[in-house]
Amino acid sequence: MSNVQIMTGNQAAAIGAKLSGVQVVAAYPITPQSQLAEIISQYIEGGELKAEYVRVEGEHSALTVCISASTVGARVFTATSANGLLYMHEQLHWAAGSRLPIVMCCVNRGVGAPWTIFNDQQDSISQRDTGWIQIYCRNNQEILDTIIQSYRIAEEVYAPIMVCYDGFVLSHTMMPVDIPDQETVREFLPPYQAHTILSPEDPRTLNAVLFPWRRANSAGVLCDGYMEMRYKLQAALERSPAVIQETNSRFAEVFGRDHGGLSWGYRMEDAELVMTGMGSIASEATQAADMLREEGIKAGVVGIRVFRPFPAKELKEAFRGAKGIVIFEKGISYGYEGALCSDLKAAFYRSENQAPVHNYIAGLGGRDVKARELADAARASWMEMQTGIVEKPTTWLNCYTG
Amino acid sequence: MNTKKDDSISAMCTVSIGEAGKTGDWRSLRPVINHDKCIPSVKKKSACFLCWLYCPEGVVKATVPVEIDLDYCKGCGICAEECPAKAINMVREGEKHE
Repeated sequence: MSNVQIMTGNQAAAIGAKLSGVQVVAAYPITPQSQLAEIISQYIEGGELKAEYVRVEGEHSALTVCISASTVGARVFTATSANGLLYMHEQLHWAAGSRLPIVMCCVNRGVGAPWTIFNDQQDSISQRDTGWIQIYCRNNQEILDTIIQSYRIAEEVYAPIMVCYDGFVLSHTMMPVDIPDQETVREFLPPYQAHTILSPEDPRTLNAVLFPWRRANSAGVLCDGYMEMRYKLQAALERSPAVIQETNSRFAEVFGRDHGGLSWGYRMEDAELVMTGMGSIASEATQAADMLREEGIKAGVVGIRVFRPFPAKELKEAFRGAKGIVIFEKGISYGYEGALCSDLKAAFYRSENQAPVHNYIAGLGGRDVKARELADAARASWMEMQTGIVEKPTTWLNCYTG
Repeated sequence: MNTKKDDSISAMCTVSIGEAGKTGDWRSLRPVINHDKCIPSVKKKSACFLCWLYCPEGVVKATVPVEIDLDYCKGCGICAEECPAKAINMVREGEKHE
């Protein structure tokens, strides 16, 4: 029995957190996330959600509260955007290094300076190397479902997860969303078990300074040094794709919705020209693929859901058969190219797939990019690839570059 | 799912002496007490103990005579600096004192 309601991405996220039974929430409002923080505070104030909402003076403290609460065994939630996320940066590393299964929404927004409140993905892309799993959603249903999935994944591998979705494009756009039944979610998502239970009977010092080499503790047991602890975080993230896929399959069985796990494909059966991206721009590219198909170009889309851990092995499979790849990115690694572009090309290194890759930077600071413009760009690249233009400088779409 | 849990999944210490290893081996200067000058030793009773009060590592024992736990003393020299009787000398590790 379905329970479909029309709602914004922020509301879908709030419902996802509520259904997941979060116990502590600490969030500081920032556009375009604000509505999400407001809705959750209403749930708590109205008694619909039995949780504690900790009011804080900024994002650094918001995540610090989540770290503390998660450490003592609470399921926690927070959300932010843009400069708020950047303000958390130090604690992002701390959360991952402490191996805490925190789930946070990043409602993607461009970062200042200059100020923008509008959408791109530079905020989360620039937090790529903090040890967080990053999942990008393409519609409001996926936001709700991904939050539920994320707690299951995070609490299995003990790593924090950033659920990313595009500001305004999704956060403030209303779509039909099927709200899962609370009891079914409870069964899907077992209660959170902290990896370490802190108690006055067994006091611990957490994350004290570690020295370059391993150390013998007071009992004479050789303990991990800093480098071993960091290796374990990497190993957890390397292990997580299997957990993400297993969770996705289980979710599909229980709820009847399959969002693709690590990535999803659209008209990929015989696709030669493959467009790719993360979040709503990948979803929009499906329309562009339809347009190109009508012109006789065998176009398809691979939408990348999981950016960290980067699913290199699975993506090599997903792009099998591609004769040309066009990447649309709402962010850039300044001084080089789109971060996704670099990672994807690295995944293909010495593999069978040596298709030319063209990189487009699009939609920064909310700059509109239409499906037909994606189709135009992909078609232009396809033509160039036919004439042997394999390498091409990163192209800024819809941008006056003089 | 539910794989085996790693007991040291994050960096944790119990609250006990020596949990960080024998930190005394960081020391380059060692405090040496001259008991002919040290006030508790001279008076043969509990007195002064400023070294005990000021030691940032808590490795000075407020006993008669005063003792310093060299397993964990990092050799900062604060005790020597604070000693009103100038009874503590900082001696380079590996060198003999008379």
